[in-house]
Amino acid sequence: MANAHDYATAAPEIFLAIMAMVLLMLGVFRGNQSTRLLSWLAVATFAVALLMVLRAPMESSVSFAGMYVADSFTGFVKAMVLIAAAGGLIMSLGYIKEEGMNRFEYPVLFVLATLGMMMMVSANDLIALYMGIELQSLALYVVAAFKRDSLRSTEAGLKYFVLGALSSGMLLYGCSLIYGFTGATGFDAIASAMKGQEHASIGLIVGIVFLCAGLAFKVSAVPFHMWTPDVYEGAPTPVTAFFAVAPKIAALALFMRALIVPFVAISADWQQIIIVISVASMLLGAFAAIWQNNIKRLMGYSSIGHVGYALIGLAAGSAEGVRGVLIYLAIYVAMNLGTFACILCMRRKTGMVEGISDLAGLSKNNPMMALALAVFMFSMAGIPPLGGFFGKFYVFVAAVNAELYALAVIGVLASVVGAFYYLRIIKVMYFDEPGEPFEAPMAMEMRAIIGLCGIFVVFFAFYTAPFVASAQVAASALVP
Amino acid sequence: MSDWPLLSLVTFLPLVGAAFIFLFAQGGTEAADRNAKGVALMTTLLTFLISLVIWANFENGTADFQFVERRGWLGGNIDYSMGVDGISMLFVVLTAFLMPICILASWRSITMRVREYMIAFLMLECMMIGVFCALDFALFYLFFEGGLIPMFLIIGVWGGERRVYSSFKFFLYTLLGSVLLLLALIYMYFEAGTTDIPTLMAHGFTAEAQTWLWLAFFASFAVKMPMWPVHTWLPDAHVEAPTAGSVILAGVLLKMGGYGFLRFSLPMLPLASDLFVPLVFTLSVVAVIYTSLVALMQEDMKKLIAYSSVAHMGFVTIGIFTFNTQGIEGGIFQMLSHGIVSAALFLCVGVVYDRIHSREIARYGGLVNRMPIYAFTFMVFMLASVGLPGTAGFVGEILVLVGVYQVNTWVAALAALGVILGAAYMLWLYRRTVFGQLEKDDLKQIQDMDSREIAFFAPLVILAIVMGVYPGPFLDVMHVSVDHLIQQYQTAIQAAADGAGVSQLAAK
Repeated sequence: MANAHDYATAAPEIFLAIMAMVLLMLGVFRGNQSTRLLSWLAVATFAVALLMVLRAPMESSVSFAGMYVADSFTGFVKAMVLIAAAGGLIMSLGYIKEEGMNRFEYPVLFVLATLGMMMMVSANDLIALYMGIELQSLALYVVAAFKRDSLRSTEAGLKYFVLGALSSGMLLYGCSLIYGFTGATGFDAIASAMKGQEHASIGLIVGIVFLCAGLAFKVSAVPFHMWTPDVYEGAPTPVTAFFAVAPKIAALALFMRALIVPFVAISADWQQIIIVISVASMLLGAFAAIWQNNIKRLMGYSSIGHVGYALIGLAAGSAEGVRGVLIYLAIYVAMNLGTFACILCMRRKTGMVEGISDLAGLSKNNPMMALALAVFMFSMAGIPPLGGFFGKFYVFVAAVNAELYALAVIGVLASVVGAFYYLRIIKVMYFDEPGEPFEAPMAMEMRAIIGLCGIFVVFFAFYTAPFVASAQVAASALVP
Repeated sequence: MSDWPLLSLVTFLPLVGAAFIFLFAQGGTEAADRNAKGVALMTTLLTFLISLVIWANFENGTADFQFVERRGWLGGNIDYSMGVDGISMLFVVLTAFLMPICILASWRSITMRVREYMIAFLMLECMMIGVFCALDFALFYLFFEGGLIPMFLIIGVWGGERRVYSSFKFFLYTLLGSVLLLLALIYMYFEAGTTDIPTLMAHGFTAEAQTWLWLAFFASFAVKMPMWPVHTWLPDAHVEAPTAGSVILAGVLLKMGGYGFLRFSLPMLPLASDLFVPLVFTLSVVAVIYTSLVALMQEDMKKLIAYSSVAHMGFVTIGIFTFNTQGIEGGIFQMLSHGIVSAALFLCVGVVYDRIHSREIARYGGLVNRMPIYAFTFMVFMLASVGLPGTAGFVGEILVLVGVYQVNTWVAALAALGVILGAAYMLWLYRRTVFGQLEKDDLKQIQDMDSREIAFFAPLVILAIVMGVYPGPFLDVMHVSVDHLIQQYQTAIQAAADGAGVSQLAAK
C-alpha cells in the first residue's frame, strides 16, 4: 500500500494531475472564452510545481515500491521541463488567438503532457517508464494536430501518432524482452540481477536495442528521426517550440536513467549503440539542414544535431557525461525558446511566414530581434563566449575523459558544418537587403521571453561555476 | 598601482565603451552616429593609454608573468587568470595602438550603420587583448574564438562585393582549426588537472601525446597565421573587408597564430616542436617563395599586400622554430613590425580607395604629382615592408635570417630569396601606382591626404622608423622571456635525450 512518504515523493506530479482536472472542469463550465485565463492558470500551476520541485529534499527518495524516484537529478530535469513548458505555453497565447485555435483544451493538454514528462523523469521501473511516455505522447499527438482546419497540422499530428505508436510498440517489446531475461521490471532490481555479469545474454541485448530504438524515436535521434522535420514544420509554431524543448529533455533524462541505472554492468554493450546514433545524429543534423529554406524545418534538423551532441554525454556513461548532458539541455532550452519566440514574431499582414529568406534585412527593420536571433544562432553554432559553447564544452570534456576521441573529433567537425547554416541565417538578417518588415510591435510576453533567454545565453560565462556545480550534484545522484 | 586589475581593465574597457554606445547612441541620427564615433575613439585612446601604463610598469628583468590576476571561474581548476610576460606585453600595446587608428580611418568611409560598426570594433578589441592577456587556456580559447563573431560581421556587413563568400570562408576556416584546439585543450586539462598556462608549461606530456596535441595546435595556429597551404582565406578576407578591418586582420589577428606557437606549442610541447621542425620549415619556405611569386602577379593592391603578409608570416614561423635567441626574437619583432607596416599599407590603399573606389593597380599611376605627402608615406611603409635597413622590417628579417643560418643554411638561403622577391613586388607596386605619368582623368583631381589622415599616419611613420633605428627598447622587453623559453625547451630536449639514453642502456 502506498503511504504518506510515497505521496510526498510524487507531490508535484499529484498537484499537476489535480490541477489538470480543475482546469478541465473550469474550461468545460466556462467555455472557450476563458482560454486565456486557463492558460495563465496553467502557467501558475507550472510555477507552483516548480517551487515544489525546488523545495523538495535533495536526497534520493524511492517510493511506490521502487517504481518512482525523486532525487537531485529528477529535480534538476523537472525544473527544466517546467520552465520549458511554461515558456511554450506563454508563447502560445497570442498565436492561438490569432490562428483560431482558441480552445480551452490547449492549456489542459499542455499540463497533461508536462505531467507525463515529469513521470518519465521520475520513472524507476519499465512500467512507470511506459506510463509516463504514453501520457506525454497522447497529449502531444493532440496538440500537434490542434489546428484542425490546417491540412499540414492534421498531417503532422497523424504522422506523429502513427510513428509514435510504432515506436511505443518497439519500446514495449524491448521492455518485455528485458523482463523476460532478467525477471524484473524495476531498474534497481534489474541492476542487481545483472550484478557480476560480464556480458549480457543475446536476448537481453536485443531487448536493450529495442528500448533504445523506442527512446531514440522520442528524442528524435538518427535513424529514428524521420518524423521530426515534418512534424516541426507542420505543427503550429508554438507547439513546435514546445516539442523542441520539453519532451526532448524528459526523454533524454529517461534515456540516461534507463540505460545507466539498470545496465551499468554492461555499459560497454549499450555504449556502442549510443555512439553510433550520436555520430549519425550529429552528421545528419549538420548536413541535412544546409539545404532547408523553411526555418521551422531547419530547427527540426538542428534539434536532431543537438540531440547528437547531448548523446555524447550519455555515450561517456560517466557522471561527467550526465553533467554535460544536463548543462547542454539547460542551454538548449534557452536557445530554442528564444529562437522560436523570434520565429513566432515573423508575422506579416498576410499571416505567419516561415521562410529563411523572409528574414532578409531584419537587422534594419528590427535591430533588437535580429540581434537576439543572431545571438541564439551563434550560440547554437557553439561560438564562445555564448552559452552554447559551454554546453558543447562540457559534453566534449566527458567524451575526452572517457577516451572517446574519435567521437569527440567527429563531433567538433560536425559542429563546423553546422555552423554554416546558423551563419546563413545571420547572413540573411545582416548582409542582405531588407524585405517587407514584420508586423510591429512584438507582443510583450514575446519580448520578455526573448530578452530572458538572450540574457541567459549571453551572460552564461559569468555564472557557469554555480550552474555546473548544481548539474554536478544532479549527475552524481544518477551515477554515484 | 600594481594592485589594480590593470589587465582586466585594458581588456574590458572597450566592452564598457561598446555597452555605452549600445545604450546611449540610439536613434540612427547623424548626431547619434557622431557620438558613437566619439565614444569609440575616446575608449580606444584610453585603452591605449592604459596599455602604455602597463608597459611602463613592466619589469624587463624577469621571465615571470606580471600583473597577474586570478579569480575562480568555471570551477575544477579552470580559473579566470590574466598576466603578461615579455612575449605578450608588446602585442597588447600593438593592439591598443592600432585601434584608435582604425576608428579614425573609418571616420568618413563608414556611413552605414556606424553605431553597430563601432560596437563590433570595440568588441573585437576586447577579444584581441584578452587573447594576449589570458593566462588560462580555456580563457584564451574563449577570446580566441570569440573574436570571430565581430570580425565575421565586420567583413560581412561593411565589406565589398564578395563579402558574403569571404566572411563565410574566414569564419569556417578559422573555426575548423580552432575546434581541434579545443579538443587538445580538454585533453591537456585531464592530463594536467588544470588549464592554467604556467602549470601546463611545467607539465611534461608524453612524447606520443605531444605529437597529437601539437598537430591539433598546428591546425589552429597555422590557419590563423596563416601558413601555406591554408592561407587562402586571407586574401579573400582582406580584399573584401573594409579598410579598418584589413588593418586589424593584418595587424593583430594574424599575430595570434605566432603568439599561439610561442605560448603553447613551444613551451608545452617541446619534443613535438622539435620533431616537426622540418615540416614547419618546408611550409614556411614554400610560403615565402610561392606567395611572393603570387604577389608579383596580383592586379589588386589589397590582394598583393595580403599575399605579402603570408610571405612575412613565413619568416615569423621560420624564426620561431629556430629555437635560438635571434630567431625567436626576430620572429616576434617581425610580427610587431609587420603589425605596424602592413596595417599602414592597408591604410595607404584605403586612402586612395576612399577617393577613387578602386583597388586595381592599373587604375592608378603618377600619384606623386598630385599627392606628394601620400607618396612619401607610402614609400616609407613600402620600404619598411621590403626590409630596408633603418626601417622596422629590416630588424626582424635580419634577426630571423641570422637565427636560421645557425640551424639550417639552406632554409636561410631560400628565405633570403624571398626577401629579394619581396623587394621586387613592392617596388613594382610602388612604381605602377605612384610614379609614371598622371594620365587618368579622375586622378588629375585627386586630393592629397587631409589633416585627419596625416594625424593617424604620423605615429605609424615615426614608429616604423624608430623601431628600425633603435629596436633596443622593444627587444629588451622580450629578451628575458625568450631566453627563459629557450632554456625550458633545451632542458626538455636534453631530458628526453637522457631518458632515451638510459632506456637504451637498460635494454642492453
